[in-house]
Amino acid sequence: MSFLLPDAGLLFWMLVVFGIVFFILARYGFPAIVAMLDERKRLIDESVRSAKEANERLVAINAESEAILKSARDEQARLLREATAMREELIKEARERAGKEGEKMLAETRRVIEMEKEEAVRDIRRQVAELSVEVAQKILRRELSDENKQRSVIEALINETVE
Amino acid sequence: MQVAQKVLPLLFALAVLFPLTASAAGKDSADAPDIDVKKIIFEHVKDAYEWHITTVGDKHISIYLPIIVYSSRTGWTSFSSSVFHHHDEYNGFSIAREGDNEGKIVEMAADGSMQRPILDISITKTVLAVFLNAILLVVIVLSVASWYKRRGNKGSLETPKGFVGAFEMMVDFVIEDIAKPNIGKNYARFLPYLLTAFFFIFLSNIMGIIPFFPGGSNVTGNIAVTMALAICTFIAVNLFGNREYWKEILWPDVPVWLKLPIPLMPFIEVFGMFVKPFALMIRLFANILAGHTVVLAFVCIIFVTMSVSLAIGSAMTFVSVVFTVFINFLELLVAFIQAFVFTMLSAVFIGMAQHEPHGHNAHEQ
Repeated sequence: MSFLLPDAGLLFWMLVVFGIVFFILARYGFPAIVAMLDERKRLIDESVRSAKEANERLVAINAESEAILKSARDEQARLLREATAMREELIKEARERAGKEGEKMLAETRRVIEMEKEEAVRDIRRQVAELSVEVAQKILRRELSDENKQRSVIEALINETVE
Repeated sequence: MQVAQKVLPLLFALAVLFPLTASAAGKDSADAPDIDVKKIIFEHVKDAYEWHITTVGDKHISIYLPIIVYSSRTGWTSFSSSVFHHHDEYNGFSIAREGDNEGKIVEMAADGSMQRPILDISITKTVLAVFLNAILLVVIVLSVASWYKRRGNKGSLETPKGFVGAFEMMVDFVIEDIAKPNIGKNYARFLPYLLTAFFFIFLSNIMGIIPFFPGGSNVTGNIAVTMALAICTFIAVNLFGNREYWKEILWPDVPVWLKLPIPLMPFIEVFGMFVKPFALMIRLFANILAGHTVVLAFVCIIFVTMSVSLAIGSAMTFVSVVFTVFINFLELLVAFIQAFVFTMLSAVFIGMAQHEPHGHNAHEQ
């Protein structure tokens, strides 16, 4: 059973040696290793976290760019629609204006024609009147070539006026 | 499979050649006394005042170690154990051949009986092995640490390869799987102790498996060594135990009649304080001692059976070598497991002494 009895001398040496080893390693050995392990672990954790964040941000950016693209496309469609509408409007307006202008010109022309016609009618009337006066003069001159006839006409005329 | 193909022919060669050489040597001492297996094993696993490395022919090659004793008769005395190589006695001291103190230094007491000196702090085989292992451990850890310091000064966080990488793996294992889960948030202040204990035990176990000098010594299979380690854990647990820990021991959360007037539970708790490191001490010691004993027993089979007959001896040599190789692999595993278990349980006990009050703990989580 001597195995189970710890030897005092060995116990003493073991405590001394282990104490010294512990002192040396705890001071100059393990802290450097543990510190670098911790540091590396921290770096890895941080890297993983930032990678995750970057990924999330990338997803967000993707969604954002998608949205921007979509709105741009909408805008484009809207602009196209507007342009089409405006073009049609313009054409319609131009057509309307052209129609109105044409009508106006037609009316003017008609008016001018009317006026010309009236002028012409008036001219004809005047000429007719002059002609009838001339004809009447000629007739009168021939009728009043003798005295008697003159007298009777004057009398007839006086009578007419008197009455 | 490839390894098996290479190793098996070697074993066969050994099995055939070994008996021949053994019998050749055996013929010279045909009338040698029977092999005392128990004595051989005990001599290998027990502490000694000299380190017997090997025997070439009749010549023993040993390292004679200094004997340092304090006795009431002579005061502090120191001499080399080589004096016992030729003389049985030196200055009144001798090595007991039998009895309770077998193999230990004894001196003649006043009443004529052989007594142990008051103090015996001789550099024995195990003490020298502890020195060697300690130096090796310090060299290894400091060289590994210098690798990190060199990188750290340059601000590089490079991952090591090779030996440093393997070492880091084990350091990381102790931190992540032993210290952190068992101690909790205060783990960092106990890391140097846990790491030192783990690597000291692991290295000593490995050195114990190596069958030739400077290995082959039974360090962690010696109860004084494991006792010293257990004392260190005891100190680590009780020196840094918090108020909750001491309250649990001196005034545990049990009905009052268990505490007053007879402090039954406190007595059990105080007893437990000592049982825990005691269990650590016995576990490590018994496991390693058993491993050494089994390996030696298998090797002894060769010599025992060879002394019976050459045929049985040859067959058994093969069996024994195969089993010894197997046990050595097992011991390699045990070397790690026992270092792990000791460190793990130390961490558990330290963690218990760092435990926060229940309500407080729940609040924290």
